[in-house]
Amino acid sequence: MSERLRMVGAVRETLRDELERDDSVVVYGEDVGEAGGVFRATQGLVDDHPDRVFNTPVAEAGIVGTGVGLAATGMRPVAEIQFQSFLYQGFHQLAQHVARMRSRTRGTVTCPMTIRMPYGGGIHALELHSESFEAGFSHIPGLQVVFPASPAETKGLLTSAIRDPDPVVFMEPTRLYRSFREEVPDDHEIPLGEARVAESGDDVTVVAWGSMLRETLDAIEDVDANVEVIDPRTLYPLDTETIVDSVKKTGRCVVVHEAPKTAGMAGEITSRINEEAFLYLEAPVERVTGYDVPVPMFAREDDYVPDADRIESGIRRALEFG
Amino acid sequence: MPDENVAQFTIRSVQVLAEDETVDEELVPDLDDDELLELYEQMKRSRRLDERAIALQRRGELGTYAPAIGQEAAQVGSAFAMAEDDWLVPSFREQPALLTRGTELHSILEYALGMEEGAEIPDGEGGLPPAIPVGSQPLHATGVGWGEALQDRPNVAVTYFGDGATSQGDVYEAMNFAGVYDAQTVFVCQNNRYAISTGIENQTEAETLAQKAIAAGIDGIQVDGNDVLGVYRVAREAMEKARNGEPVLIEALTYRRSMHTTSDDPSAYREGDEEAEWEARDPILRFQVYLEDRGILDDETEDAIDDRIESELAEAIERARADREALDPADMFRHVYAEMPSELERQYEAFEGDGGGGK
Ligand SMILES: Cc1ncc(C[n+]2csc(CCOP(=O)(O)OP(=O)(O)O)c2C)c(N)n1
Ligand SMILES: [Mg+2]
Repeated sequence: MSERLRMVGAVRETLRDELERDDSVVVYGEDVGEAGGVFRATQGLVDDHPDRVFNTPVAEAGIVGTGVGLAATGMRPVAEIQFQSFLYQGFHQLAQHVARMRSRTRGTVTCPMTIRMPYGGGIHALELHSESFEAGFSHIPGLQVVFPASPAETKGLLTSAIRDPDPVVFMEPTRLYRSFREEVPDDHEIPLGEARVAESGDDVTVVAWGSMLRETLDAIEDVDANVEVIDPRTLYPLDTETIVDSVKKTGRCVVVHEAPKTAGMAGEITSRINEEAFLYLEAPVERVTGYDVPVPMFAREDDYVPDADRIESGIRRALEFG
Repeated sequence: MPDENVAQFTIRSVQVLAEDETVDEELVPDLDDDELLELYEQMKRSRRLDERAIALQRRGELGTYAPAIGQEAAQVGSAFAMAEDDWLVPSFREQPALLTRGTELHSILEYALGMEEGAEIPDGEGGLPPAIPVGSQPLHATGVGWGEALQDRPNVAVTYFGDGATSQGDVYEAMNFAGVYDAQTVFVCQNNRYAISTGIENQTEAETLAQKAIAAGIDGIQVDGNDVLGVYRVAREAMEKARNGEPVLIEALTYRRSMHTTSDDPSAYREGDEEAEWEARDPILRFQVYLEDRGILDDETEDAIDDRIESELAEAIERARADREALDPADMFRHVYAEMPSELERQYEAFEGDGGGGK
């Protein structure tokens, strides 16, 4: 059985299935009850599971921090943070406790918690509704950082995240919530830490995730070369092997992200390529990223977020080097 | 060992002009006719701005917009009680307070057009831009009220936030710091009964929000937030106290009559006919009848106010559109640091060079 769903529907169906399958799953966050969340990702869930779906007070430290305790009692907290940047209000709980509980207690207490949140630009929202802090999350040992880029991928990755014994930060690209439908299989798991080759080619490799993957797939339509596109899907743990194997084949690479350039994940990915495929490189790794500025409000947002044109020129620079 | 009551607290609640137009004459604040009309006009200006902004958003011109419809008295009454050099520390639904403090209409519209220009604070004015993260700005207001005290200045900081915000730890920290440092700060909590879809009954088990002051050791008081005279009275008192280093929390009981923002549909979570009930308690309507009953407001004055607001709005919308047209995207690089660091400079040049090479 499968269904044609948008990404937001895939989130909802996954949560529904996991609530159904496992009595320890608790879904909670601001407005996730009756209203079904501001993006309607939890719509209807409280009707079927009023005892395990909760509208919380407006308090992200509370949402993240209580997750630590819920998990300690054997529950599986699946929290929604309304927008990624509001996770900052609970950042201390995430970095000080969620991420470290297993190592601090030598595995005797764990935190199998999933924290879902929409991220990134493109919907003309207010300030601080468009951030992409994946590099920061990936920098915290103990966390896994996951990015779906399509409805079916959402189902597979979110299912694995919820079932995983360790905490997962699950970043949902706001822009893709309603952008397209696709077949979403039932009971679908995609292992965390495995990249996907979204497009095969042997001239140049492009690494992109979340909303930037869609943008990249648009961009390569206008590029007169065989582009290999890799969606890492999980930024920590990162599937270095798939990326490195591709670069060994193409010799050229472009990494794309919405987040600011400095200390962004492109830097990390470039380092891994340097470490493992240096002699195969025919051009320096290109970065197409946001700028080192706070994400502007939406009048200037389109000038900040990389688009197909910028990705295309990044690919050209990589192809034309040398 | 003793087992005794060591502390007891009560919360006062104030109302001057009731829903049925009865007035507690002893509590009526000392305001002349011009001032009363100004209160009225500011409430109407804000209401019309919100209505026009919603319409513009629906046509795709504005981004997400948070109307303050129903909350005009809570904000105008309190902001009107501020002194010239006091500080306004707002959140994102503070059009009535901003207008009362002199923020220009086009500036509010530009913020809603997604332009940082709309968050600029005019030279020499005390104030901070709207805070989007819920409950984050009261700490700034405490810092302002503390800073003013440290510099022996009389200015007070007035911060606005909602019922939902009181659940954030930051808001408690703000009140607690204010108590410890005798900060010259007034906290105005607008209890509009909703945090997006979450009703006040699910936000907290506390009987009042005003009592949240007690744990921090500062004064807390409740007022009918749809009664502009009551709000003014309570706010005036609070500001006098705050000027003397006694911070106060005011809980203004009101109702968000409109959507949370233009991306929200309240029909998903409102109960029965609550909207109709609160329509009858509308703060502008209540005050209008009061002014008419006293012969302060007649049709002619009413028309003059409406005409003035409409023409100001038309002008402001034109101005905001023109500023939006003239917007320079590269500006995003220019205000991040006092001096642009070299790496940012390189990104800026690449941006100017080819529409952003990402180099
Ligand atoms: C830290 C943070 N969390 C979540 C949000 C999303 N959000 C915006 S407004 C709001 C509800 C706020 O309710 P309240 O404090 O009562 O203010 P009101 O909207 O009623 O003016 C929420 C949850 C946010 N802006 N900031
Ligand atoms: Mg509220």
